[in-house]
Amino acid sequence: MTEKKPSKLFWVLMAALPALLFIVSLFLGRYLVSPAEVLKILWSSFLQLFGMDAGIPITWTDSARTVVVTVRLPRAIMAALIGAGLSMAGASFQGMFQNPLVDPFVLGVSAGASFGAALGIVWGFNALGIQLAAFICGLAAVAVTYFLAHIYKSTPILMLVLSGMVVSAFFQAMLSVVKYTADAEEKLPAITFWLMGSLSNVTFDDLLIAVWPYLASMAGLYVIRWKLNILSMGDREARALGVNSERYKLLIILCTTVITSISVAFCGIIGWVGQVIPHFCRMIVGPDHKVLIPATMLAGAAYLMVIDNLCRLVSANEIPLGILTAVIGAPVFAYLLRKTRGGWQ
Amino acid sequence: MESEMGRGPKISVRNAAFSYDGVRSVWKDVNLDIPEGECFCLLGPNGCGKTTLFNCISGAFPLSRGQVVINGRDVKEYSVSQLARILGIVYQEHSAPFPYTSLEVVRMGRTPYLGVMGTPSEKDTAHAYGIMRELGIGHLAEKSYTQISGGERQLVLIARTMCQEPEIILFDEPTSHLDFKNQAMVLRTVKKLSARGITIVMTSHFPNHVWNIGTSVAMMNYEGMVAAGAVDQVMTEENLTKTYGVPVRIHRAVSGGRETCFCDPDLG
Repeated sequence: MTEKKPSKLFWVLMAALPALLFIVSLFLGRYLVSPAEVLKILWSSFLQLFGMDAGIPITWTDSARTVVVTVRLPRAIMAALIGAGLSMAGASFQGMFQNPLVDPFVLGVSAGASFGAALGIVWGFNALGIQLAAFICGLAAVAVTYFLAHIYKSTPILMLVLSGMVVSAFFQAMLSVVKYTADAEEKLPAITFWLMGSLSNVTFDDLLIAVWPYLASMAGLYVIRWKLNILSMGDREARALGVNSERYKLLIILCTTVITSISVAFCGIIGWVGQVIPHFCRMIVGPDHKVLIPATMLAGAAYLMVIDNLCRLVSANEIPLGILTAVIGAPVFAYLLRKTRGGWQ
Repeated sequence: MESEMGRGPKISVRNAAFSYDGVRSVWKDVNLDIPEGECFCLLGPNGCGKTTLFNCISGAFPLSRGQVVINGRDVKEYSVSQLARILGIVYQEHSAPFPYTSLEVVRMGRTPYLGVMGTPSEKDTAHAYGIMRELGIGHLAEKSYTQISGGERQLVLIARTMCQEPEIILFDEPTSHLDFKNQAMVLRTVKKLSARGITIVMTSHFPNHVWNIGTSVAMMNYEGMVAAGAVDQVMTEENLTKTYGVPVRIHRAVSGGRETCFCDPDLG
């Protein structure tokens, strides 16, 4: 008797998909660079990092190099990271909240981060300042939610959800206040566009800041993924199985919040990824978080790269990422809902 | 005291009292000794604090006075995972939010042995499946936990608890929502575990379960503990009547060469 689980081939294909999409993302765009040149540019730039010379003749223009290395590359990396992170965060929250309908923003992180960003824009912060303000306010919103929900050494799931609603509503209102008082010529459109979400301005400097806490949090969720199975059975059962659920809840909230705050701070609000991808993966690999978490990670990375490429390519003007994830995510979710009749069996 | 007696009771409740609000005690002065290998049943009407006592024994609720001692050590001194390795709990059946397979649910019983970052290995899965086969539910392994019957779900939870390799298993009304056949299946399984030397503590709504599988029993009512001790001594019409507040008759019958007892309320 061996357990039914996805085969090695499945995992190879699952890993190949985002890898392939990553390469393809570097080829695609309005500025035409041939695939062969993209590869050559990448190879020589990679070697340059280590002070080596690729020894291949430079057949590309400087602008081709700029497009590939400083525009498309960080953007593709960020898309993959955010897709993977939001999906993992969503799957973790769905497990922890014992509810497949939860999304990673349920504790109010997006409302908090939006408020922070809007404040940063109004006060004329530079890009890094806005990101920092969004990140800090995202963390603060979740901290408030957590402490509101904490009663007598425990944080019941229902209390967390309700506190999250309260905190979200409050920060939404504060965001409205900031928008209302913002200069309608300049600041208000900036806030609005920022909130729609985009990867278009991601730079390597952004990546270097974001990547470490982001990867650390993803690793955190990954290593404790088995405990999500236990937490999904409820606090009482978790205790009977020798799991201190409060400690794991706190750890999961912490990792998830770092992931979502960074995502919102750098790319705005990207909805429907953290909710749809875990569902989709659950249909394919089953509900066991031991395999669900790595599956959501890979599928999420692939999904967001596809969406981001569509954002860049569909029209001459970029479509904000948050719009497209919802436009595509909502119908997909509706389809899954109908297909599974809401039961997720 | 343990050293004098050589070996103390497996579970002992000493001068215990519990209160939710710190003012009114649900019960107080509760003393129980449950020796190793006993199948101990706890009877009482709804709302008398039976489940509260159960939760205190399992370490989930802190006593307001007294102590619960398991293997000679206060239950408060165990870490959650240490406790899960010697004490398993089967709660009333519940539904899971995700359609795990039964095998996946049973395998969760390995968790106390896995550590913070561990995930179960092939060996753990094989161990879990072995236990399911032993309990006669091997055929459920691939079935979704959300789609099997209540009795089967209860057996899966028992198998999960067995996966923890506990010395003690606590059952909270394990048959309460089950039909006749499923009740029999669950009780037979509990009896099997008891025969292996596992110490059992079980709350029940049905006094007859005590004669079915119990070796010792305690009865509670709204005033507190009515009686505790060996089945023959405690299961009297007087005690049952006092416990449930309705007249109870005990019948003895010999069938298949074995004497069995059962009781029912006197309906007049």
